[in-house]
Amino acid sequence: MPMQQTTEQLDSSAPHIEVRDLTMAYGDRVVLTDINFSVRRGEIFIIMGGSGCGKSTLLRHMVGLIRPAKGEILYNGVSFTDSDPRTRDAIVRRFGILYQGGALWSSMTLAENVGLPLAEFTLLRPDEIREIVSLKLAMVGLKGFEDFYPSELSGGMRKRGGLARAIALDPEILFFDEPTSGLDPLSARLFDDLILELRASLGATVVVVSHELASIFAIGDDSLFLDAGSRTAIAQGNPRELLEKCEDPRVRRFLTRGKETAREAKSV
Amino acid sequence: MVELMGSWRLGNALPPATEIDRQLKSDGRLRRVAFDSTQLGAWDTSLLAFVVRIIRSGSARGIEIDSSGLPEGVQHLLRLVESKPSRSTSEAVSRWRAMLHNLGTATLSFFEAGLSLFDFVGLTVLAFLKLLTGRARMRFSDLMFQVQACGVQALGILSLISFLVGTILAFMGAVQLRQFGASIYIADLVGIGIARDMGAMMTAIIMAGRTGAAYAAELGSMKVSEEIDALSTMGISPIEFLVLPRLIALVMMMPLLCLYADFLGMLGGSAVAATVLNISFVSYFGRTAAAVSLVSFLGGLFKATIYGVLVAVAGCWRGFEAQAGSSAVGEAATAAVVDSIVWVVTACGLFAVIFNVMHL
Repeated sequence: MPMQQTTEQLDSSAPHIEVRDLTMAYGDRVVLTDINFSVRRGEIFIIMGGSGCGKSTLLRHMVGLIRPAKGEILYNGVSFTDSDPRTRDAIVRRFGILYQGGALWSSMTLAENVGLPLAEFTLLRPDEIREIVSLKLAMVGLKGFEDFYPSELSGGMRKRGGLARAIALDPEILFFDEPTSGLDPLSARLFDDLILELRASLGATVVVVSHELASIFAIGDDSLFLDAGSRTAIAQGNPRELLEKCEDPRVRRFLTRGKETAREAKSV
Repeated sequence: MVELMGSWRLGNALPPATEIDRQLKSDGRLRRVAFDSTQLGAWDTSLLAFVVRIIRSGSARGIEIDSSGLPEGVQHLLRLVESKPSRSTSEAVSRWRAMLHNLGTATLSFFEAGLSLFDFVGLTVLAFLKLLTGRARMRFSDLMFQVQACGVQALGILSLISFLVGTILAFMGAVQLRQFGASIYIADLVGIGIARDMGAMMTAIIMAGRTGAAYAAELGSMKVSEEIDALSTMGISPIEFLVLPRLIALVMMMPLLCLYADFLGMLGGSAVAATVLNISFVSYFGRTAAAVSLVSFLGGLFKATIYGVLVAVAGCWRGFEAQAGSSAVGEAATAAVVDSIVWVVTACGLFAVIFNVMHL
């Protein structure tokens, strides 16, 4: 199956993130092969696909939690996969990552969670850190919750707390692992708006793993569609354009919540 | 024709499967089975299970099953069950092959665990060297918190257990020594036993159950909720940030706890000596001071320090190894306690041999 390309790939500026020939495997079990894509600076890139297709695994490769079985990942043209620990550390420090459940450190208060990267990687004084933490928490709508422990917050609040921690160091690239899953439709919508606002204000490149159609169409500039059956990417492009132009039945079925194939089946 | 009558509820027993088989087998010319549900009362999954059994054993004999006589709802559910694609189950393997397979997998995972332990220990040593050169990321407040958790807060249980172990040792000795009129040597027996081995070992076993399990459970649940990933993707080494404070706290506290346990164990011994053998506290402790050499005493404290390393490494390593799922946390804690007790007792045996060879 040739890769569907509906977005113009030629861009004057070099790609911010490049993934080349990536093969991912757990031991002998291959999860995905031949993954190739690039993400331009400042865009929101969606990694989508059905459950169990390896979306989160791809994200974990991109942030360096798992080493690829084959292929490499480049940031600003610098190889992340094969670089020495010092370069890797420097690259990782420009990431902001929001994990599925927020992954706030449970033994620390919200303020300590958001403040830890500031305390570890900057020369700011404690009172300055406190101020920046309040600022970041206010950005995600959690002002006043500084001294709460993660266990005292709701699931949605924990996610927003995780987001505040992710943006603590003004990252160049934000990664989101299913940011709106488990949220009610209204909160999910607000979270999407928050992502758009942050992108606009921080100018960060955003990579989102998601299977929530509403949010894919609302925020995605570009996307990659992973398929569990063929274990590779089967389409790439702007999600709205994919919905209009992509011919692949698997992609169409996903983007239309299965309505199209049902209609086709009836008409046959 | 199968006539279905009455009420079919999961609470009631199903007609036995052997009966279905027997009836289908009894008539070799049977080609088709249909259902009549006009007399059927209330039904639930039990009816569905019964019908599926008939279908399965019928189709194995090439008998056609006509489900049109079944209630509408049952037919719907049957279609639902059949339409969903299911994972093809691997072909049945003989018990011998399954056993060999399990043996092979277990052996491989044993070696894998060994490798991952080496990996973990190596990373921990590196992190410790980084700490010594002042480049490790470890918060002093975390260390102090862990010191409190595995030090002061362990004193209660440690007091109780070591006092009791002291009395038990004394009781066992008292009965024998009295026969020879050598009652005063009870102080030697308890003192040397506690100072050389029992104090350190009891402390280590208590700390394995108390602190090792806590380390594994805490780090395991941090692993499961991606908190450890969040640390490493922030450029903070989880080994430096999480393992070092726990390891150092336990290693610092173990000799102190052992010293405390030694004292309470001897106190337990003296209590038995005073009540059973009428030996005064003064003569008991005088005898103890004469019997216990500084070498055995310091040897005990040294062993306790090593046991502290073993317990902390087992706890943290098992926590880091935890796989996804909430049962993984329990498994990690169990494995940590088992590992640390095995390691501690093995180390105790090795120490006994080494100290003996060195004539200490």
